[in-house]
Amino acid sequence: MPEEPVIELRDVCKRFPAQPPVRALHEISLRVDRGDYLAIVGPSGSGKSTLLNVLGLLDRPTSGSYLLDGTETTTLRDGARTRLRGDRIGFVFQSFHLLPHRSVVENVMLAEVYGARKRRGRRERALAALERVGLGHRAGFLPGRLSGGERQRAAIARALLGAPSLLLCDEPTGNLDSRNTEAVLDLFAELREQGLTIVVITHEQEVSERAGRRVRITDGVLVEE
Amino acid sequence: MHVRDLAGEAVAGVLARPLRSALTTLGTVLGITTLVVTLGVAATAGNQIVGRFDELVATAITVEVPGTTTGPPLVSWDAVERVTRLRGVESAAAVADAAEGTNLSVRSNDLVDPTRVTTQSLTVLAATPGLPEAARGRMTQGRFYDDGHVRRGDRVAVLGDEAARMLGVTRLDRAPAIFIGKHAYTVIGILGDLRRERDLRTAVVVPPTAGRQFGLRDVTRVLVNTSLGAAGLIAGQAPSALSPGNGDLLQVISPPSPTRARDGAQDDVNALFLILGLVSLVVGAVGIANVTLVTVMERVQEIGLRRSLGAARRHIAAQFLLESTLIGLTGGVIGAALGVVAVVAVSAVKQWTPLLDVRLAVAAPVAGALVGLLAGLYPALRAARMEPVDALR
Repeated sequence: MPEEPVIELRDVCKRFPAQPPVRALHEISLRVDRGDYLAIVGPSGSGKSTLLNVLGLLDRPTSGSYLLDGTETTTLRDGARTRLRGDRIGFVFQSFHLLPHRSVVENVMLAEVYGARKRRGRRERALAALERVGLGHRAGFLPGRLSGGERQRAAIARALLGAPSLLLCDEPTGNLDSRNTEAVLDLFAELREQGLTIVVITHEQEVSERAGRRVRITDGVLVEE
Repeated sequence: MHVRDLAGEAVAGVLARPLRSALTTLGTVLGITTLVVTLGVAATAGNQIVGRFDELVATAITVEVPGTTTGPPLVSWDAVERVTRLRGVESAAAVADAAEGTNLSVRSNDLVDPTRVTTQSLTVLAATPGLPEAARGRMTQGRFYDDGHVRRGDRVAVLGDEAARMLGVTRLDRAPAIFIGKHAYTVIGILGDLRRERDLRTAVVVPPTAGRQFGLRDVTRVLVNTSLGAAGLIAGQAPSALSPGNGDLLQVISPPSPTRARDGAQDDVNALFLILGLVSLVVGAVGIANVTLVTVMERVQEIGLRRSLGAARRHIAAQFLLESTLIGLTGGVIGAALGVVAVVAVSAVKQWTPLLDVRLAVAAPVAGALVGLLAGLYPALRAARMEPVDALR
């Protein structure tokens, strides 16, 4: 029996009400298995962000079905979707979204605040996640004192803390120079080898080339490359 | 979400912008301070006012004796003795101040000096020797006449301090005389510092036996001072003691009940300043609401991040509500502390005993927190309603 996919999209459509209606996603079907490293590429305005929002349970598709770890998400209520999002998905954003007044380790610890895990040992788990991304020596720093690459690695540590099934990255290297980009991509490769499922949305050639699998989205239509 | 996590996040949110948070508390600080000072000073001052009322008015009884055209007088001069013996009476004096005694011409010597007004028109009244105590005054010079003077019918007089000044009587060591009409009297004392019956300051007081010459035959008033709390009782007993059998013909003027005096004094002060304090609180609440709203708008991305980390809408709402409540609570604590200090300071300056309800000191921070909570309702709702997609854009 084949293993259950992490993501399974079937004929997902997303339309925005306007005159005429905007067709952001059109009959998208996609399957991502455990341990996949998938890059979604496409020009701006192609529906990349909409797809990310749907995958991240931040937005609901207009029609179609989306199974995350085998759970049908399109029929879930808001609260259940929020819980599922917190448990299963780790987000990495282009602009890091680290809280400027909190130390790096506190920023990482934030990932468990809304979960069900015990408070005890949270700091240790956060420090372990920082070690995993090679940032253990920066735990007490404020984000403002880190380089861009270090900030993104801190954000990745935060995403890893809940042991998510899916790491969902939105232009993770968009604000980084080539050297830092390289370091983050190396980290992704390493995480993937550890069995993590990674989906990266990007328009950068360099990033998509490192991924094991690549899909292109153009005008809301998804094509496997 | 654990309660301690929620508290931690809220505290961190408040402390992330310490200056802004401090400024935001100002409105609440002002409001709560005003309220505490108002209530505290009103209670303290009210207590002082009532204290004086208690001492002076609440123990003073006056019995008015109507005149009779036929038969013996209703109250004889020695009846005062019987009132003094009543338990609860501290001092008493009978006074005759009939119309015959008013506007008599009084002068201090017989010389006619065209350049000066030497003749004064003064009130002459007759009184029993207990008058200084009964009028709550003291002899500023000399002495009051005693029973011996009264019995012998000595022609002595005591001047009110104002009357003495008008007549030019400044010292008594040479036994100065005054002339009331054609009769000469030796001045033996000057009565001053009156806290009751202040019109005695411009009067000439003579013994009852001497007063007959001016038509001051019968007692017209009896002044009674009681110990605290005895006024009501004495007011009932005094008429019978003064005039057995005819007590109901006497008119007793007794003090209002002290509790009502207290209420009256406090209500006036409180109403005005309470409104002032409440207005400041409302202004403070609007301030908190404004700043929290601005903060919510500034922290849109943080809200998006929290939602992506699994925060439900109620978690977001709870955090912002708690933050504004904390700001209100801080304002309340500071305001209550400042208020208490101000009340103590005012009391120290005025030499009052500070009087502060403990419940007030506890309720003030709670009121501040409540203001913060109410002010945070709308911003928290706005924050919770935000769609994570929009917040992360």
